Amino acid sequence: MSLFSNHTTVDIDNPSSSLPTAQSRWQRNISSYPNHKPRHTKIPPWLINTASLIVMALLVLLSLSIGVADFSWSGIFHSLINHSANSDSSLMLVSRLPRTIAIILTGIAMAVAGMIIQVVLKNRFVEPSMVGATQSAALGLLVVSLFFPASALIIKMGVATIAAVFGMMLFMLLIHRIPPTDFLMIPLIGIVFGGIIDAITTFIAYQTETLQMLSVWQFGDFSSVLAGRYELLWFTGVLCIIAYIIADKLTIIGLGDNIALNLGISKRHVTWIGVGMVAMMSAVVVVTVGMIPFIGLIVPNIVSRIMGDKLRRSLPAVALLGASAVLLCDIIGRSIRYPFEIPVATVFGVVGTVIFLWLLLRAPAES
Amino acid sequence: MHSHSASTTADIDIPQLSSSTKPSRLWSVIAQHPKFIATIILLISAILFLTVNVHGHWDFALPLRGKKLLALMVVGYAIGVSTLLFQTLTHNPILTPSLLGFDSLYVLLQSLLVFFLGAISFTSLNLIAKFSLEIVLMFGASLLLFKLLFSKSSQDLTRLILVGVIFGVLFRSLSALIARLINPDDFVVVQSASYAQFNTVNPQLLGISLFICVVSALFIWRWRFKCDVLMLGKAQAINLGINYQRLAFGLLTVIAVLVATATALVGPVTFFGLLVCALTNRMARNMYHSERLILVSLVAMICLVLGQTVFEQVLGMAGLLSVVIELAGGLVFLALIFMSQRR
Repeated sequence: MSLFSNHTTVDIDNPSSSLPTAQSRWQRNISSYPNHKPRHTKIPPWLINTASLIVMALLVLLSLSIGVADFSWSGIFHSLINHSANSDSSLMLVSRLPRTIAIILTGIAMAVAGMIIQVVLKNRFVEPSMVGATQSAALGLLVVSLFFPASALIIKMGVATIAAVFGMMLFMLLIHRIPPTDFLMIPLIGIVFGGIIDAITTFIAYQTETLQMLSVWQFGDFSSVLAGRYELLWFTGVLCIIAYIIADKLTIIGLGDNIALNLGISKRHVTWIGVGMVAMMSAVVVVTVGMIPFIGLIVPNIVSRIMGDKLRRSLPAVALLGASAVLLCDIIGRSIRYPFEIPVATVFGVVGTVIFLWLLLRAPAES
Repeated sequence: MHSHSASTTADIDIPQLSSSTKPSRLWSVIAQHPKFIATIILLISAILFLTVNVHGHWDFALPLRGKKLLALMVVGYAIGVSTLLFQTLTHNPILTPSLLGFDSLYVLLQSLLVFFLGAISFTSLNLIAKFSLEIVLMFGASLLLFKLLFSKSSQDLTRLILVGVIFGVLFRSLSALIARLINPDDFVVVQSASYAQFNTVNPQLLGISLFICVVSALFIWRWRFKCDVLMLGKAQAINLGINYQRLAFGLLTVIAVLVATATALVGPVTFFGLLVCALTNRMARNMYHSERLILVSLVAMICLVLGQTVFEQVLGMAGLLSVVIELAGGLVFLALIFMSQRR
């Protein structure tokens, strides 16, 4: 081993070159919350929020009018005037509207969950699927479906939530010793950790011949959303409101342990509330539509680059942008090979990875 | 046991030990001769693989299993050696080509070929022509990926791995996207290429792969001493008279070809190479490539053959080997990271 251990790091050849300063500068920009000055203070938040609200409204209209079944807005208009149901309005109420609402709620939930976990772990490069939350939720869901197939949806969701909390606890134990300066190590470990949980889940599913059931949860997809099959997602809306209420406390946790102590915030309590909320949001999304990777990573990163990390100010923008992003990707997935449909998780897998790679690779250029 | 220990006392410098310390002595014998021990274990597992649970009709079972055995050994060689060389080239014991997305790149190329050619002309391509085309594409693409990964972020190991991992996710998502864009018949063709399968091995590919293995082994064996020098670091290697550009280019070619071969035969496996290289570095007496290249091939072959025997014949769950390998490899990866953190 002796020969190799000399070369475990690549930078051994130039130990004291420009690297340290470059890295710390990059870190100051990205992962340090104290004294964080947003770079574009000129645009007021209300303007950004109004603009993204308009974008979202346009996307909603587009999302409502795209689909395989024949549909016309004038039909809706007629049924509204006559107070009578026709095929257009029932299509709207049973399929199109539930689907669009589900997409909006999922986007909001995943983006806000990503923002919370990034603040709690003080790391810009994590999201619920990179701390083992979504994978653990799927594992818990699989186990409860195997042992108690007839149990109510709310019980399945509860078990998935508990599993997600356990998965995140295990992850936090794993990264306990990682120095906070090594901020890219945490997502790396998270990806491998998620892969290990995935492998265990696949193992169980293979043995019990439930791989097909599992693949429904592993690929986020809105094609099966109809009225009566998505309402659980409203719960994530409630969680987002709670997140907004405790936003200031979460922000203070993100500022660092000493500051939290000085300001009289119990770091432990708020951290656990944050972890629990992320677990619940991930579990609800996995139970109803399946995993959608990278939203929780991309959206908070973009928003905090523009607006900074004060959650009370940035959470509405995160929620709006998250909803718009998923709406856009779902519209792309539905129209790229019309009349067939591509799962939103696949579309986001491509779009999200490209943006994430850009975030990762463009970092050195800043310094 | 007695005759065995008598034959080995000649080349170990250990004084006569009392019978109470027999385990440690046995261990030292094993530690002194990892290659021979590994060969013996491999032979035993190969015999087990060929013979366990054969009920009559040997002339049917033996050729069938023999082909599969050969395929497993080819894959073991390709993954083990390519990972070891990649670690030498990058001076890093926690990297593997698969971790940086090289074999999902192969699957993506496969999907792209189906997408542009259509399944019918894809499957009716001459196998040798198709495979050489894939390898050329694979080599070009992995050269680009290598350039991108190692020019932009080579100072920062963590970022390099993270970027590589995300590239792997991107390639897989793109393959999945293409799989959805093509019609269902073509989809089946792509689907069969994108999962690790140790059960069904294409017999026609086996001949080509065997040929590739032999040719690559000749090259690698000629480079073994240069590789030893390369492990000292790029600057030292150049100082000591190694033509770095040429050697790195050659190594990268061999790695790309071997990754393509292994992926073509069984599909992508992320952590297997890492697993066997970690085991090899543990077992090897020194870090010379003449020792470790042989050992890593043997270890990888043992893992696959023995694992397949146990899973297929004893436990009766043939499809799970790749999942278990991923699980074990993932755990090894985490362990390696934490060990290097503590350092």
